Amino acid sequence: MPSTFFIPDPEGRTPSTEGYFGAFGGKFIPEALVAAVDEVAVEYDKAKSDPEFARELDALLAHYTGRPSALTEVPRFAEHAGGARVFLKREDLNHTGSHKINNVLGQALLTKRMGKTRVIAETGAGQHGVATATACALFGLECTIYMGEIDTRRQALNVARMRMLGAEVVAVKSGSRTLKDAINEAFRDWVANVDRTHYLFGTVAGPHPFPAMVRDFHRVIGVEARRQLLEQAGRLPDAAVACVGGGSNAIGLFHAFIPDEGVRLIGCEPAGHGIETGEHAATLTAGEPGILHGSRSYVLQDDEGQITEPYSISAGLDYPGIGPEHAFLKDSGRGEYRAVTDDAAMQALRLLSRTEGIIPAIESAHALAGALEVGKELGKDGLIVVNLSGRGDKDMDTAARYFGLYDTDAEVEDNASGTAEIEGDAK
Amino acid sequence: MSGNVRLLSDTLAAAKEEGRSALIAYLPAGFPTVDGGIEAVKAAIEGGADVVEVGLPHSDPVLDGPVIQTADDIALRGGVRIADVMRTVREAHAATGAPILVMTYWNPIDRYGVERFTAELAEAGGAGCILPDLPVQESALWREHAEKHGLATVFVVAPSSKDERLAEITAAGSGFVYAASLMGVTGTRASVSSQAEDLVRRTRATTDTPVCVGLGVSNPAQAAEVARFADGVIVGSAFVKRMLDAPDDAAGVEAVRALAGELAKGVRGQV
Repeated sequence: MPSTFFIPDPEGRTPSTEGYFGAFGGKFIPEALVAAVDEVAVEYDKAKSDPEFARELDALLAHYTGRPSALTEVPRFAEHAGGARVFLKREDLNHTGSHKINNVLGQALLTKRMGKTRVIAETGAGQHGVATATACALFGLECTIYMGEIDTRRQALNVARMRMLGAEVVAVKSGSRTLKDAINEAFRDWVANVDRTHYLFGTVAGPHPFPAMVRDFHRVIGVEARRQLLEQAGRLPDAAVACVGGGSNAIGLFHAFIPDEGVRLIGCEPAGHGIETGEHAATLTAGEPGILHGSRSYVLQDDEGQITEPYSISAGLDYPGIGPEHAFLKDSGRGEYRAVTDDAAMQALRLLSRTEGIIPAIESAHALAGALEVGKELGKDGLIVVNLSGRGDKDMDTAARYFGLYDTDAEVEDNASGTAEIEGDAK
Repeated sequence: MSGNVRLLSDTLAAAKEEGRSALIAYLPAGFPTVDGGIEAVKAAIEGGADVVEVGLPHSDPVLDGPVIQTADDIALRGGVRIADVMRTVREAHAATGAPILVMTYWNPIDRYGVERFTAELAEAGGAGCILPDLPVQESALWREHAEKHGLATVFVVAPSSKDERLAEITAAGSGFVYAASLMGVTGTRASVSSQAEDLVRRTRATTDTPVCVGLGVSNPAQAAEVARFADGVIVGSAFVKRMLDAPDDAAGVEAVRALAGELAKGVRGQV
């Protein structure tokens, strides 16, 4: 019986054997990691064609994660999007609250197959960390999560969740103390403990085979959305929209639509305080080709190859790199990437909450803000699918400070983005 | 002008003729300042180091432990540029005549341009580059230019490297082979890993190029231990730590000179 949820690239749009998507990708890793990364590639290749692996993963995705995730039309929200029809792919309804669990369960099964007993992972918003801690609890694996110190503060709820699940959470104090530094620290751990440790990488970046493997585990998002749209809307969308940090939820949504030339693939990068301020994490908009964390892609860097510190209100998008397949989609013209500011994302977060009763993650709110623009461009005949990659519970402290939702003034004094009035109605 | 790959090979060969290992010191450029870093490199050589690796500080030193991360941060905050790295190589080599290499992550060279970087390094009198995160498979362009400019290409091998891969790496490299004594990042360790000797033996089976051991070697006794089986002993974090711990920059330079002297005895078995 064919697999229901694990559908790795049936049309062979895989990277080259060296892991290249056009000019991007590859394997820029220290010699100490070569054997381990090669082992992941070999084991993944075996697993991919093993029906038993697909059966196990399918069962987990159905009965543990709760796949397929719903596709929800949001007409009251869509009134603000030029009248286009808008559907949300509800990855926020997965167990643990985001798309991250799709990849984590796949790699956790792989960890068992490799006979490793310990898992490490990086996390920005904490969603990948929570999903990893969850899978480690489920499979009885030792778990250490690296998280930038700034992110441990702005996503404190997820730190508590990871610890509740039995994971060790290490607050990383080097560099910009965000996602990139968490990845650096995870690599340092991996080099030292590679014998028994799998690095359960959380996005479609890193050295080959991670970009292709993580994508394969998330392909189900677009495969389901495509089928659901044909059932519920009777046609394919004009645009598929997703937020892009490292790019895992976006590639998950986009990939099944790549052959559908009429479907625009639109990634929304974090513009932070605005591209012109330099305080952003819009890698494809403002970056240059370079190497970060094991592969060649676009990178935010200076003229001598030093990585510049990114900024976004969203911990999950606060990253100066991007998966190599997105770099390829951008350069080939198949993908479009635009930048969405903190403020536009926060307005979209509140708008969806108040019009549809769905509180999205700040990451996903970047995609919603992008969809509002795209809807206006398409007009009332337009049809858009947005990947609602995660739910917003973890962001309530940030949102409460941003919008002044706490009762006392003291709670809002460190609002980084200045005051934002609560309006009677969302706009 | 051609780089000093030949000088590097001759220096390592001379140490071998003396029946000892060479002492190779690592110091980051721009730390604590560009001029202070140049003084430190000169002091390391005057104190007894045969070769120096000048580190090109990076924003994301994934293979370095806390000591070198701290030094890199200080150097970058001080505004160190690739031109400063080249000046460090030039002035240290001019003052001492010793072979000076650059150790760097790959992205700065990729961004700067391989042709430009190799030309400038050769012109500065550099002997080559150690490239810890550039795998052999991605190194063709670099090697073409390095060869053209007379620069060594030093690759790192690790205890996890399989024999057939060791052969591939040593066939592509030149100058010496950097054998990582253990699986881990840079930093001082209490003892030398038992994996080091085995790795040197397996590496030697694939090449006549000298094999030098680094990672975790910090004191004369460890240097003496490694010197028994390796062609060179590489010490980095211990030098940087002495500079970080020094009360001022001048004392830091003297601490480097003193440690180089102690280690130079170590590689001669005089412990």
